[in-house]
Amino acid sequence: MTAANPEFEADCIRRILAGETHLFHDLIRPCERSIFFMLNSMLRDETEADDVAQETVIKVYRNLHMFRGDSQFRTWVLSIARNEGLGRLRKAESRREDSLDALSDDQGGDYTPAVLTSWREVPAKALEQKELGAILRKAIEGLPENYRNVVLLRDIEEMDVRETAAALDITEGAVKVRLHRARALLQRDLAPKLKGFAPKRARLFGWGA
Amino acid sequence: MRIDCKHVWEHISAYIDGEVGATLRAEIDRHLETCEICSAVLDSTRNVVVLMADDRVFELPAGFSSRLHARLDREMAEG
Repeated sequence: MTAANPEFEADCIRRILAGETHLFHDLIRPCERSIFFMLNSMLRDETEADDVAQETVIKVYRNLHMFRGDSQFRTWVLSIARNEGLGRLRKAESRREDSLDALSDDQGGDYTPAVLTSWREVPAKALEQKELGAILRKAIEGLPENYRNVVLLRDIEEMDVRETAAALDITEGAVKVRLHRARALLQRDLAPKLKGFAPKRARLFGWGA
Repeated sequence: MRIDCKHVWEHISAYIDGEVGATLRAEIDRHLETCEICSAVLDSTRNVVVLMADDRVFELPAGFSSRLHARLDREMAEG
């Protein structure tokens, strides 16, 4: 993810609107990942997500003059992406709408973590093993949609609480509750599976190092 | 006030994000010093959060970006 740079964005937008349209490529590039993964999370289909991402970007381009700068540019783009995604879901009514709001935030549920007595850290280096990435993706994809979107924006795209709430049109409190539950579900699912990816314990006396 | 494990679990996500107040943080820290279960739950949750953020976990499909920019070029050409 590329960090948002409001001054670059504001300058870019002014110049695009004044006719330097090619600059739009640079403006949208840092948002591409978030657009795609949010749509893929909503639509659960890479081809559809790819298609709706293009529609979204065209819409952003055509409506650029409407961006008021009262939110971050990416937040605005993601709310357009979300609306485009919802439109696509409504169109395909036969598709299971895995319920955009099936789970309410005050609904109970078992969010207790996997209980462990010790944990050896799995380093990022372990991601060189493709299998680890696949296990993580499967766990995230298995979350209810409400939680998946929040995890995606907060933990994967590393957006802040405010930006996430604005992009998903929910309160900041809902972002925190959903993120907490999602992380608890992920920890419970993943902790037992990740154990095998931790490096072997260092030998105490340096033998065979 | 001494807090129990369940109480710690309820605040783990906020604790990781540095969003718990000073008093609660101190209570949780004190609990973690002696509770190996909560320490392992915290460490494993934090580990999951760190791994998920790695760009290698979610990669864009091949050609996504070039298709997107080609479509934009067509749109701009139509003006």
